[in-house]
Amino acid sequence: MATTRMPDAIIIGGGLHGLSAALHLARAGLKPLVLEKDYPGRHASGVNAGGVRRLGRDFAEIPLSVEAMRLWHGIADIVGDDCGFIRCGQVKVAETEAELQILRDRAAQVAVLGFDHEEIIGREELLRIVPAISERCVGAMICRADGAANPFRTVMAFRRRAVELGADIRSGSPVAHIERRAGGWSVEAGGARFQASVLVNAAGAWGSQIAGLLGEAPPLRIDAPMLMITEPVAPFLTPVLGAEGRKLSFKQFENGTVLIGGGHRGKAEPGLNLADTRLGGLRQSAATVVALFPQLRATRIVRAWAGIEGVTPDGIPVLGPSVASEGAYHSFGYSYHGFQLGPVTGRIIADLILHGVTDLPIAPFRIDRFSEFHRTGAWREPA
Amino acid sequence: MRTETQIAIIGAGPAGLAAADLLAEAGCEVTLLDEQPAAGGQIYRGIASANAERLRVLGTDYAAGRKLLGVLDRPGVTFIGGATVWEVTRERRISYSVGGTARSLAARRVIACTGATERPMPFPGWTLPGVMTVGAGQILLKTSGLLPPAPLVLAGSGPLLYLLAAQYLAAGQAISAIVETTPGGNWRNALRHLPGALIGNRYLRKGLMLLARIRRAGVAHYRGATGLRAEGTSRVEALTFTVRGRTRRLPCATLLIHTGVMPNLQITRSLNLVHDWDALQQCWRPQLDDWGGTGIDGIHVAGDGGGIAGAEAAVHSGRLAAIGCLAALELIGPEDRERRTAAERRALRAQNRARPFLDALYTPAPEFLDPPDETIVCRCEEVTAGKIREFVDLGCLGPNQAKSFGRPGMGPCQGRYCGITVSAIIAARRRVSIDEVGYYRIRPPLKPITLGELAAMDVLDESDGDDPDA
Repeated sequence: MATTRMPDAIIIGGGLHGLSAALHLARAGLKPLVLEKDYPGRHASGVNAGGVRRLGRDFAEIPLSVEAMRLWHGIADIVGDDCGFIRCGQVKVAETEAELQILRDRAAQVAVLGFDHEEIIGREELLRIVPAISERCVGAMICRADGAANPFRTVMAFRRRAVELGADIRSGSPVAHIERRAGGWSVEAGGARFQASVLVNAAGAWGSQIAGLLGEAPPLRIDAPMLMITEPVAPFLTPVLGAEGRKLSFKQFENGTVLIGGGHRGKAEPGLNLADTRLGGLRQSAATVVALFPQLRATRIVRAWAGIEGVTPDGIPVLGPSVASEGAYHSFGYSYHGFQLGPVTGRIIADLILHGVTDLPIAPFRIDRFSEFHRTGAWREPA
Repeated sequence: MRTETQIAIIGAGPAGLAAADLLAEAGCEVTLLDEQPAAGGQIYRGIASANAERLRVLGTDYAAGRKLLGVLDRPGVTFIGGATVWEVTRERRISYSVGGTARSLAARRVIACTGATERPMPFPGWTLPGVMTVGAGQILLKTSGLLPPAPLVLAGSGPLLYLLAAQYLAAGQAISAIVETTPGGNWRNALRHLPGALIGNRYLRKGLMLLARIRRAGVAHYRGATGLRAEGTSRVEALTFTVRGRTRRLPCATLLIHTGVMPNLQITRSLNLVHDWDALQQCWRPQLDDWGGTGIDGIHVAGDGGGIAGAEAAVHSGRLAAIGCLAALELIGPEDRERRTAAERRALRAQNRARPFLDALYTPAPEFLDPPDETIVCRCEEVTAGKIREFVDLGCLGPNQAKSFGRPGMGPCQGRYCGITVSAIIAARRRVSIDEVGYYRIRPPLKPITLGELAAMDVLDESDGDDPDA
């Protein structure tokens, strides 16, 4: 075993949340260490759809999402790269009056909470923004300042800036052992031993496994959300598009290719580090696209893929201090929608470590909140 | 349209046809799928419809392919032509498209006979219109007797180069020059395998005969050429290269290039099989047992898709896979299996005697695996070799990460034209083995399909869909 190294904090997981924690700690002058079992951005952080969305968030997430969006709009100031972020808007269409009413009610509730980012538009405005949409659509919810970014580029930018500020990032370093020692933690990973007073679990789909080593594994389902991409077609869509009544996330890139997602699941094999696509869900995605955009019927799909993601029973993350041990913090289980939150979750973790408090409401994300689930075993669909 | 079959064979070339023949003879029900409208594979492409003149031009080895087609008339054999297979699952469900309609076929056993594909031969200018592969030139000749616009230059390495040259000469097509890129050192490496090759010398005799024919026709023949560069603005106008320190420039309207073939691995890759790097042939091949078994229950590989050995060897490996299937289905006993296996393996060994010599001789020149910076490597996304090297310098470790850095392998060809080159460039830049760098993760659809096709498909598998607990 190599000599013991003593960073200021050990962060397990080199995805966006781990790197964001490293970046914010390094900004405060600490020397964090990131232990990544593969390479940064290998899993959900690097291969997701890149949606930067406040629209339709779980109420508990809204304050974090709104603050994250503020950070996204100045992301280049934080990481020195625009991360491919574009403010193209996010739209969720309603195909029936009933669906539009659900969206109206939702926007009203969000307004009561004091937020004004979710706006309802009628058919005319929808057709102006998305001229190619099927005329059956009666209206939509829109967040005009939402957008999309390039996921892997974002991970690379966070990584680069964290390293510039003094973070140490170790790829190919799966954690073999964690031990609580007087005044801190001892972690064995990649054939080396590290000691620090603070431990951060940002292990994504493997987050519950790491929490288990601290004696507090929460329920976490391992999913393999799937995405498809088409050949380039003439520009027809500016915002990221979803639908109230269907599983859909739909985005046309500058090069004309169209990304199709929406949460249909493939088969995850976290032990093998693999996620396989499944035909049934891909077929449903294709059917949804063809229903909303009949002119895409003859467009070819050139690639499909799946990533590995951890999902909690209530579809919101575990974010905050460990309950079982002092000096440990969790940031995982983002349940299909962690990418947009990335810039702010690291700041929350850094605030907790440095000051013991954060100015954002994180009580709903406590790790010991799952007693109800343990009683009923019921999973909720992620928002 | 059938949705179930006892044995599905993907690819109706020599391996697939031979496997089907043996299985049908034993009373099995076989479905043969091929991307082309007619059976024969690349080697015997167009064989069923070739007239006497075309058979004369293409030679006796080609004409001999016709006898393999008899299996299509056997009872129990169904041939589905024009079928693009775009998914094979571990559960042996095949998804394929015919004429814009996607279908599903469940098989008790699958034999993938996906054959060979030409190696990419990247050098500056290889993407100009007028530059084609030798294989593409031969397909035009086999299917429609088409001859390319002159002046014509053939460049590269490997037996197919001579074969096509001889076929063109027989068809009356003038050839300006053959520019051979086989490195001089390959001859020295190959010579030690010559005694073994002489025992199975039919290949060598054929090669020498082709060379003699080319020489008699007075075709200029440059050997040991390096530094290839296709020149031209809107299309190819000339090939420049260096031989023994002297740079030459040959005007041409058509430049046909070739540097050998490699197994078509899209299906075996998509099944996550283990692949070994073959240093001599400079390509990967899947790990297989004696009967082409993949380690996945009921899925076999036969023919060049399991490792390049040629059409005649493919017949024997097709039969071996069929014997494996018959034994697994308990249609033959262990003794019968051993006896028949031994006979096929003997024949295969005899076929393969010239292989070490040919492989050593035609190991591709290093400049096509690690081409100059300005060379476009990924044609779909127009990514150059220099860009790939930049990605490595920025911390890119392998081809899958390279996609995130700059999109190589993300176009409609799904990495077929750039995969091996991107891996080789990254390995050379990182100074590690290509095995360590690995290959693109290949996932279905293996060939592009339309949204409409997929949306209208009948999906049979109950475990599909979005039920996470299924």
